[in-house]
Amino acid sequence: MSQTAIAPPPTVAPSRPVYDETILKYFTIAAMFWGIAGFAVGLLIAVQMAFPDFNIPPYLTFGRLRPLHTSAVIFAFGGNVLFATSYHVVQRTCRARLFSDGLSWFTFWGYQAFILMAGLGYVFGVTQGKEYAEPEWYADLWLTIVWVAYLINFLGTLWKRQEKHIYVANWFYLAFIVTVAILHLVNNVSVPIQIGSVHSYSAWAGVQSALIQWWYGHNAVGFFLTAGFLGIMYYYIPKQANRPVYSYRLSIIHFWALIFIYIWAGPHHLLYTALPDWAQTLGMTFSIILWMPSWGGMINGMMTLSGAWHKLRDDPILQFMIIALSFYGMSTFEGPLMSIKAVNSLSHYTDWTIGHVHAGALGWVAFISFGAIYYLVPHLWKKPGMYSTRLISLHLWVATVGIVVYITSMWVAGIMQGLMWRAYNEMGFLTYSFVETVAAMHPYYIIRAIGGLLFLLGALIMVFNIWKTIASPDSVASETGTPSLTPAALPEHV
Amino acid sequence: MLEKHKKLERNSMLLLIFTVIAVSIGGIIEILPLFRMQTTIEPVKGVRPYTPLELMGQEIYIREGCNTCHSQQIRPLRDEQQRYGHYSLAAESMYDHPFVWGSKRTGPDLARVGGKYSDEWHVAHLKNPRAVVPESIMPSYAFLAEKPYGDWRIKKRLKVLQSLGVPYTQAMIDEAQNDYEAQANPNALIDPSGLQERYGDKVAVRDFDGNPDEITEMDALIAYLQKLGTDVDFSTYDPDYALKPKTGAAK
Repeated sequence: MSQTAIAPPPTVAPSRPVYDETILKYFTIAAMFWGIAGFAVGLLIAVQMAFPDFNIPPYLTFGRLRPLHTSAVIFAFGGNVLFATSYHVVQRTCRARLFSDGLSWFTFWGYQAFILMAGLGYVFGVTQGKEYAEPEWYADLWLTIVWVAYLINFLGTLWKRQEKHIYVANWFYLAFIVTVAILHLVNNVSVPIQIGSVHSYSAWAGVQSALIQWWYGHNAVGFFLTAGFLGIMYYYIPKQANRPVYSYRLSIIHFWALIFIYIWAGPHHLLYTALPDWAQTLGMTFSIILWMPSWGGMINGMMTLSGAWHKLRDDPILQFMIIALSFYGMSTFEGPLMSIKAVNSLSHYTDWTIGHVHAGALGWVAFISFGAIYYLVPHLWKKPGMYSTRLISLHLWVATVGIVVYITSMWVAGIMQGLMWRAYNEMGFLTYSFVETVAAMHPYYIIRAIGGLLFLLGALIMVFNIWKTIASPDSVASETGTPSLTPAALPEHV
Repeated sequence: MLEKHKKLERNSMLLLIFTVIAVSIGGIIEILPLFRMQTTIEPVKGVRPYTPLELMGQEIYIREGCNTCHSQQIRPLRDEQQRYGHYSLAAESMYDHPFVWGSKRTGPDLARVGGKYSDEWHVAHLKNPRAVVPESIMPSYAFLAEKPYGDWRIKKRLKVLQSLGVPYTQAMIDEAQNDYEAQANPNALIDPSGLQERYGDKVAVRDFDGNPDEITEMDALIAYLQKLGTDVDFSTYDPDYALKPKTGAAK
């Protein structure tokens, strides 16, 4: 039967695309820069919660810095990672250069400008006050323009492709780009007070505003932080493991089930509020159903290592990716659990939610990003590998311990908080005043800050490693345009 | 199925269209009915738009990110109602553009904080939270008392909100600047009776920040906080009001 083995790819391709790799370098460096900034602000606000004297009014208070932290890690770090990887993956799997160099550069500088506009706004008190949608109308408009350029550039590359099929990672990237556009446009409909004013009023009010915001907010998680990063999973894990994706059929089911179901889950942020009951129930139900496609995707990623599990033993890059999937699995189980009304009545408004978010954001989003960047850096700068594999390992363990410290402290803090709020004494009175529950959080806020510090330290080790890699004199021969670099292990769907 | 799916894998626009359809269904089914169903916001007596001063207080509340640590949404759970008061009604935030329900309680819920503490308490607490509540981890907002009100373009704000459906009358818009000054500064030469005529007798007219010489951001924020949750009179509130047959006068 050996005759039926798949023929190796032809050594000479019909044409040799020259990939745009400079833009990928820029996005990669930007991602690391904003990552460090975002983690550092996160550490600062964690310290502020333990020691309020670290608030420096009026500009550097928790209330103004919290959106700076969330925007920096989600949109600046995560966003630049998604630009870098999507532009890399779409070129490689289409065997085509990016659609337009002009658009590529416009999206780079345009996106960095958006980050600056948004971040400076928060510090100076310019905000819409909606979580993950804080930027005011002018920054929103600018982002819309940049995002349309991104969509055109991505689609245009798909149109130029020399492969018959669009590879699965690109489905996820495409869904991420287009859905984020829809969410952004609908949630941010607002009327500026006047053209010269940075302030505006949201077109939506009260309960409608709440549902639209959480339809947006939850799907920022679903499409920005999940679908986009699943695109990373579907390309970089097979590449790093040098194995095809476990199941083509499962990827189709995974894709359609995930994007269809995710959209419904928003109301689980509004359980027991003034939102009509039928919407709350729908949101809870779909959140529980969402567990299935999430785990389907996780299994597809993990099982890609079938027959190559031994690689996990000594490849810390692969370890990053597989630990990322484990955290993905954990937080996509925890999420549905917290969406059950009875559980939510305890967990909502507490630090349990903060722990849950960070299990996903640090464990899944950041770890899969670190894995992809460790893969990309030597590849882009034409080096035989990263400067130090042991430092990658060190980063892995420091960061993993940091995450575990972070989320366990928040579990304890959150559940304790919830239980204290609802505790009654034998006389039938509430046992604790609110401020007693605040005081009880103090040790856990310190432990959490230590977890965050470890995570930041890990990222600094990574920056050092990347810098040494780029600065090292060794280089491998230029591979630009060599068709054998197209992901031979990837297209399983033939 | 796999064969049919290959069509999508070969045609980017088809893939794009199917994706848009898949992600639109859930949102349309959940969101659109909220704008049409009468039951989304049951009518409640007493809910009124913010006065110009309170509106600026809300602006400061959002600017400082108060809603990152304080919720304004009391759930119908026994302990919450005992701690904070009657559960929040949809109508109570119907004029909030956008809503400020919040998602985290690092500090307590503020949906019904209005009237629970004196103005003096609020001033002391905002200036130095730990002077009043030693365990508090809230930042100090002393600078609000130093900031006189700037050019808030109050008339324009009310106009924009009116265009978005907040029932501000033409008189409210015309008198916005006067109403703003009248509410916080009893020494002003403006008679506050016009303000109370427009917004109701319950509107608090006084010097909120203890500094009668000027109107500061502290005045605005405290006026807003003291208004929160005070619209509805729960001694006469009837939860089944919306279900009862309407008389001719009610709309």
